Order: sequence, then structure tokens, then C-alpha cells
Amino acid sequence: MRTPDTGRIPVTKTPKVYLGGAFIRSESARTFKISGADGAFFANIPQCTRKDLRNAVEAAARAGSGWARRSPYNRAQILYRLAEMLEARGAELADSLVLFGARRADAARGMAVAVDRLIHYAGWADKYEQLLGSVNPVATAHFNFTVTEPMGVVGVIAPDSPPLLGLLSMVAPVIACGNTVVALASEKVPYPAVLLGEMLATSDLPGGVVNILTGFRRELVPTFATHAHLRAIYAAVEGEDRRALRLGAAESVKRVRFADPRGDWFSDSAQGLEAIRGFVELKTTWHPIGS
Amino acid sequence: MPRNRRNRAGRAGLIFGDLWEFDPAPETADPKLKPRYGLFINGSFVRPRTGRHFDSVNPANERKLAEIALAGPADVDAAYQAASRAFRGWSALPGRERGKYLFRIARLLQDRAREFAVAETMDGGKPIRESRDFDVPMAAAHFFYHAGWADKLEYVAPGRRAAPLGVVGQVIPWNFPLLMLAWKLGPALAMGNCVVLKPAETTSITALKLAEILQDAELPPGVVNFVTGAGETGALVMGHPSAAKVAFTGSTEVGKAIMRQLAGTDRRMTMELGGKAANIVFDDAPIDQAVEGIVNGIFFNQGHVCCAGSRLLVHEPVAERVVSKLKNRIRVLRVGDPLDKNTDLGAINSRAQLDKITRLVASGVREGAVKFQPPCPLPEKGFYFPPTLFTKVTQSHRIAREEIFGPVLSILTFRTVDEAIEKANNTPYGLSAGVWTDKGSRILRMSTELKAGVVWANTFNKFDPSSPFGGYKESGFGREGGRQGLLDYARLE
Repeated sequence: MRTPDTGRIPVTKTPKVYLGGAFIRSESARTFKISGADGAFFANIPQCTRKDLRNAVEAAARAGSGWARRSPYNRAQILYRLAEMLEARGAELADSLVLFGARRADAARGMAVAVDRLIHYAGWADKYEQLLGSVNPVATAHFNFTVTEPMGVVGVIAPDSPPLLGLLSMVAPVIACGNTVVALASEKVPYPAVLLGEMLATSDLPGGVVNILTGFRRELVPTFATHAHLRAIYAAVEGEDRRALRLGAAESVKRVRFADPRGDWFSDSAQGLEAIRGFVELKTTWHPIGS
Repeated sequence: MPRNRRNRAGRAGLIFGDLWEFDPAPETADPKLKPRYGLFINGSFVRPRTGRHFDSVNPANERKLAEIALAGPADVDAAYQAASRAFRGWSALPGRERGKYLFRIARLLQDRAREFAVAETMDGGKPIRESRDFDVPMAAAHFFYHAGWADKLEYVAPGRRAAPLGVVGQVIPWNFPLLMLAWKLGPALAMGNCVVLKPAETTSITALKLAEILQDAELPPGVVNFVTGAGETGALVMGHPSAAKVAFTGSTEVGKAIMRQLAGTDRRMTMELGGKAANIVFDDAPIDQAVEGIVNGIFFNQGHVCCAGSRLLVHEPVAERVVSKLKNRIRVLRVGDPLDKNTDLGAINSRAQLDKITRLVASGVREGAVKFQPPCPLPEKGFYFPPTLFTKVTQSHRIAREEIFGPVLSILTFRTVDEAIEKANNTPYGLSAGVWTDKGSRILRMSTELKAGVVWANTFNKFDPSSPFGGYKESGFGREGGRQGLLDYARLE
């Protein structure tokens, strides 16, 4: 912790996780220390437990039906509003990235891409349905149509790097189509996710739609894998974590989708309709014609 | 004049059904079976390297129909090698040309429809009326539909190029042997993939007969390979390292086992698993039509249907009327020789399945539900089960929770729309649901609230190649049919 030359002792922030629309410490009262790139102590970060994860799933489930019922236009505006919050506090977020080792230019670029990505998905909210759904020309006298529906509560495991852009790139498509999220932030650089929580809280996003945990993957992956109320998993992990998630997912036939943690998160190819398609169910209705 | 003006149950109220005796009306087309079938690998029938065969039995009379080759690890390997070799040429063919092969297959199957229907009925036990009017024509329709996609793949995924995945491993069940095969082959081939497919061990014959059609259609060798056998062979097909994707239709239990088996890989998967569909009848429903729909929903194919309407939820004001009409209706269902054109319920697919149904029905009685079975003579040989209703069923009964996969209907009641939704969704499954009501707006409300991949309104068990089919929750993931089903066989570039 640095003390500036002015002699005034700065007021430091206690990082808390954003869960169910509130800022909390872990129920276990455990924390872990994080330091800046220069090695100086920065803060204690909540070391969330599987109980925190279960609480977050409950909060996400409570928020689920309301969020899914919002009009697509409304979801679009809320995502756009979140982009506005990020743009306004971009310097603070970029500083937090630099503090933990990002080069200044990369941090600024990452922020710009993050804001643009949010706008990208804000625009998708009222468009994917027309591309993923269909009216089906069946041979019988039925109006037959297929529409998308959100899956429910989705577990997101963000890559370690880039800590903010990675997390946002995974959360945005999942909530754009009406799911709610329990996310695990970058283990190595968790603080930007804490800041993101503060922006989510001021973005008109209803509490519980996005819940962000901090902590250790090895402690939380098993619960992500087996929690039956998580209907899908979106994880930027590799190797053994992938196996563990798939193995646990088999128990409740959970949908699992992986992102490459070493992929090019900055590129336009890291966004698009495919990410949304991975987190909707398709429902086909046979409606009678004539009476 | 009829000999007896009273029906079987001895009640005067019902004056149709067995007023006149039905003469036997057997379908007599020649199914053209061979005494013994090899594996279909690289375009020809080959002897299995295991040197072993097993019997395929007609469940209607327990007579042996043919010997089927048992595929072991070396055979499955050979099939994957053939498919991998064929992939380069097949995927490089212009879509227009790939499509022509599929069109040919559809047409050749239509040419031999009656022969295939008889073979399907003899091998699986389903009534000839169903195999003739549903399974075979619908299988041909699936080939025809997907044939037309082969040269239109640039329209499948907006902004992306859809490319084939490679070799796809597929395992299908015994309830719709030929139709499930068509569902699996159609989209895989149209997209440019090659296939190794395993039919169910009790119903391999129509797949092997289709192999003859693939030869007649001059499909390039190796594009489609059939390996036959039981669960061990299936595990080999699903677990083979050359598979770029696996697609499975079957029980949720086996689906989960496959998911665990492949947990350490990046294999793509499509799972079409079990169901326990609610069929919901509101008091404003056209009741007679609903009763027909309930019967079709649960007794179609002896209830061997993953999306069968096995939980009837009836609105209390009409519950008594619906149940009474339903009992009258099933009194006149004809159970017996599947090859008889008047048969409504054919044979249960296997002794093992008959035992499972019998066990679950016994549990229903033990747990306090009330069983109704019409007096119904069953043939002495073969595997048969009478149409069965259970009333006074609660949500905790096994017969309301577990997939029975037989002609057994559990009846529950509800008072409000919300209660119907709650009860319908109270299951780990989510494949299909039925809604019977006169109100269009209620149909759409129910369709929105029901957690199921397919919702039938004032109908049940309808299928179409253009209509995506597949489950929510533990009923699986991925879709079959339509543009959405095709996408599940593509890599997007």
C-alpha cells in the first residue's frame, strides 16, 4: 500500500463481491491477499466458498424469471447503460489493470474493446431471435414455430487474462439472451471484477442477474460442475478443469461450453451470435390451424 | 346380425368395437430378409472379425428372424477407418452432388416402402399400420428434406461458413429403428460428414436393409458404415478417438454414462434422451378429440416413445368425464399380431422391456395408485402388455416420475393453470408436452411456461423433418430436424 507524498493518508477500499445485488464478504470470512505488479500489498479479496456459490445460484435463480421476461429492447438498453458506466469509469478500470501489470496501452485498448463488446451484445438482444428461431413448413395443418428461451442460471468461469475483457466477453452474451449468471473472476487479477460489480450495481441491471465471485478455481470448479441448478457452464479453462466440469455436468445433463483462455479476446471474432446460440434452448410449438 | 350386442366389458353403454368380429387382416408383403447379415463397412457387407453373430427375434412370436453380426473393437476400428478415408472425397463433393445421393436414397426407400414396413414391424413389434403410415414414409421424408439442404449450406449460419466436422459416431434406439437412422444420417450427410452408426441390437434389420439401398444408390464406400451389436459395441462407437462428434438417442441413464465416458475429450455431443411428458387437458378442450390424442400420446408404438404423453394432467371439472371416456376408448383397442392391419397395440420390443414395464406397473399398484386394464386377450407367444391406466396417482409415485416406455398412462388432476404448469414441469425431464384447450392464447401461455423442447397443442406425437425436435434439462441437448438440427452437424468458420 502506497502513501503519496502529500502526507494525507488515502482511504483504501475494502473489495467485496457483488452477489444478489449487494456487496458482501465471503460467508466464510476468508480472504486472500493480492499485491500490485510492484509487489506492494493492495488489498484482501474475498475467498469465496462453495456456500457462497450456492447462495449466488439462489440469487441468480430468483432474478431469473424477471430478467427473462424483460423485453429484448429493455435488456438491450440495460446492456447499453452498462457500457455507458464502463466508458465513464474507463480510466479507473484501466488504472486497475495497469496496477496489476498490464501495459498502459494494452489496458486502454482492453477498455475500449470491452465497452464496444457490450454495445455489440446490447444490439443483439432484440435480434438473435429472428436468426435462431424459425417458422417451420410442416406437412400437417399446424402453425409450427421454433423460438429460443434462456437456459436459466449459467455458471461462467472467466480466464485469468485479460481479467476484465475476458469476464465481460463471456457474461454479456449469456445475459443478453435472458439468462442470469454466477461468474468466477480471474484468480490472478480479481480486482477489476470487483470494480465491474460496482458498475453493474449502477447500470439498471436488476440485482442477482450477474453475481461475481472471487476466489480459487480449485475450490469452486467442483461445485460449478455438480450444482444441479446451474443449467449451463461457460468456462475459459483447460485440461483437468474441463474434464472435471464435463464429468460433473453429466449428472444433470448440463450444457457445457468452453472458451479458449489463450484465445484472442481482443478480436472481433471473439464475439457474435454463436456465443448467444450456446446459451438458449430451442422450443418448437405445434399450434393448430383452423377451427 | 352380430352375435352379441354387449361389449367385452359386459356394459350396454358402448355399442361399437366388438359388435362384429374382425377377420384377420395380415399384411403379407415379403420383407425380403436374409438369414444372416454382416457388418456394412466401406460399402459392402463383411464378416465380423469377432466371428460372432447374435439372433434378432420377432417379439410378436419369439421366432428368430435373422442372425446379426456382432461388432468388436477391430470392426469398429475398421468402420472408422473407412469413414475417415471417405471423408475427404465426400466433404469435397459439391453440395449439389451430395444432395443427389440423398434424394436417391429417399426415392429408393419409397419404392420399397411396404417391404421395409413389414421388416420393421417383424423386427420391432410395432403395428404395421404405424410402420407403413408413419415410420417408413417419415424416414423417406427426412432423407428428402435434408437432400435439399446439401447445396444451401451457406444459408445455414448467417455470417459464418458451415463446414463438416468429420466422422460422426451415432447410436440409435430400438423404438423407431429406421426413422431414427434417417434423422441421424440425413443432416450428417447433407453437411458433408461421414458416419459410423450402431442400430439397437434388437432392431438392426432395417438399417442393414437400408445398406442395400445405399449400395443401389451408389453412395461412395465408407460414407456410411453400420456396425451392429449391443451396449459394448455402442460404447466403442461413442468412445472411438476418430469421432469428431457423437450423437446418441436413448435412455438418460446411458446418455449420462456416455457424457462421463467422454468427459476427458473435446468431443462434440448431441443427446436425445428420455422423457416423462405431461399431456394437459383443460376443461374447454374438445374432449373427444383430446381422448383420441391421449390414446395416441401414450399408446402409439406401445408407448415406446421418448416423448410419449405418459403423464395425463386433467382439469378437475372434466376429470371424471375424460377418464370415463378414456376407459371406454381403450376397451376397444386391439392388442395382438403387429402384422394385422387392424392392430392398435403390437408387441413389446423385448422380454427385458416387458419385464421393466411389469415391474413399474407393480410399483404403481404397491404405492397406492389405482390400475385399470380392459379385459383384453393377449397372444400366448410373444411379448405383450395390455393398455393400462392409473388413476389416483400422486407426483411422488414412481409411475409419475420414471420413464416406463410402455403402454401405461398415469393420470393426475389440477385445478388452476399455475398448478398445471407446476406439475408439468416437476420432472427432471423436458422433452415434450401436450396442451388441449380451445383458447389460442392459453396454448401460447402454456407453451411459454412449459419447460419442454416440443409442445403439441390439440395434437400429440407429430413430427416433421423441418421441425426441430429435442429436449430441455435431462432430456438432452441438441436438436434434430430443421435448420437448427443441421447446425448441430457443422463447424462454423
